[in-house]
Amino acid sequence: MSVERPSPTGPSPTGPSRPRSGRAWWIAALAIAALVVVAAAALASTDPDGLERVGADLGFLESARDSLFTILPDYTVPGIDDPVLSTVVAGLTGVVIVFLVMVGLGRVLRRRHER
Amino acid sequence: MLATRASRGIWLGPHPFLGMIGVLGDPRPATSLHAPDGLLSVPVALAMWAVTAAVLTVAVRQTNRTLDDRAIPLMGVMAAFIFAAQLFNFQVFGGTSGHLLGGVLAAVLLGPWAGTLVMACVVAVQALLFQDGGLVVLGANVFNMGVVGTLGGYGLYRAVATMLGGESRRRIPAASIAAWTAVVLGALSMSLQLAASGTTELAIALPVMVGVHVFIGVGEALITAAAIGFIAATRADLFALRDAVTPEVGA
Repeated sequence: MSVERPSPTGPSPTGPSRPRSGRAWWIAALAIAALVVVAAAALASTDPDGLERVGADLGFLESARDSLFTILPDYTVPGIDDPVLSTVVAGLTGVVIVFLVMVGLGRVLRRRHER
Repeated sequence: MLATRASRGIWLGPHPFLGMIGVLGDPRPATSLHAPDGLLSVPVALAMWAVTAAVLTVAVRQTNRTLDDRAIPLMGVMAAFIFAAQLFNFQVFGGTSGHLLGGVLAAVLLGPWAGTLVMACVVAVQALLFQDGGLVVLGANVFNMGVVGTLGGYGLYRAVATMLGGESRRRIPAASIAAWTAVVLGALSMSLQLAASGTTELAIALPVMVGVHVFIGVGEALITAAAIGFIAATRADLFALRDAVTPEVGA
């Protein structure tokens, strides 16, 4: 009685078979990205990363220049004092923005193609 | 609080030795760090901008010719996931962390050209909005963290998959090997740019940069394998989108 038959439209009713609804999968995938942001804000290592560590060890990080402007510097929102919350808000903002920019760019490229 | 933030600076992050103390549950925000301005000389940075701009031009043309409609949401989701995953610095060893780059992952799903656009979008937003990585060195950052993986890593992925007996059967091992290699090659590329800029000597920078990224690459391989495994289990049909070419209309 298992639902083996793939239905070309609409979500499959039950079971662990692959979800048929594309939109549900995208929303789930974005939710995973959001969870990764929350996990990163709470759990990620604050140790310097590969380049930063090497730069510090070899002394060349000193030649780094500060940015001319800051918007959400260092994945924080200025004014939100709680560091985890600050990074969560900044990170979720980033997730939404890169998603929209990418989908927008994809649509532009697609549209030009149709011409 | 603001004073603490300011004194930490935009790029410096926690001290390398103090950073060894607290790892999990440390309340400080994650600090993913891409190369800031000043690390590369202006001529090297501009040369890398030129290379990256040329690659992006080809990427836009190729994507324009071949992008399948149904791949557009996948591009957005890949960009969102790679952005989020880059925030998650994982511990490598004594006081050093690393994070996903994602170039191979993007290219396995979207192909080298759309994958390149995804990586460029992520790294550009990080620089513009979050001051993670400088604007003068943005071309170099997109090249080292994106193009190396989406073009070089992807080529290696296809070659390894073929050698192991076909892409559909050996996707995960091939992607893992390519992901690891792309991280090491990215570190090699960055070392060459640092040396060409006179920032440091190649003989000094190369062994440490590559030495650290040999370990960071393992994390890259694991995350890439997990993501591809997840997609294989939930939406294996997405793998077909990469090679599905939208039929030409006119042109």
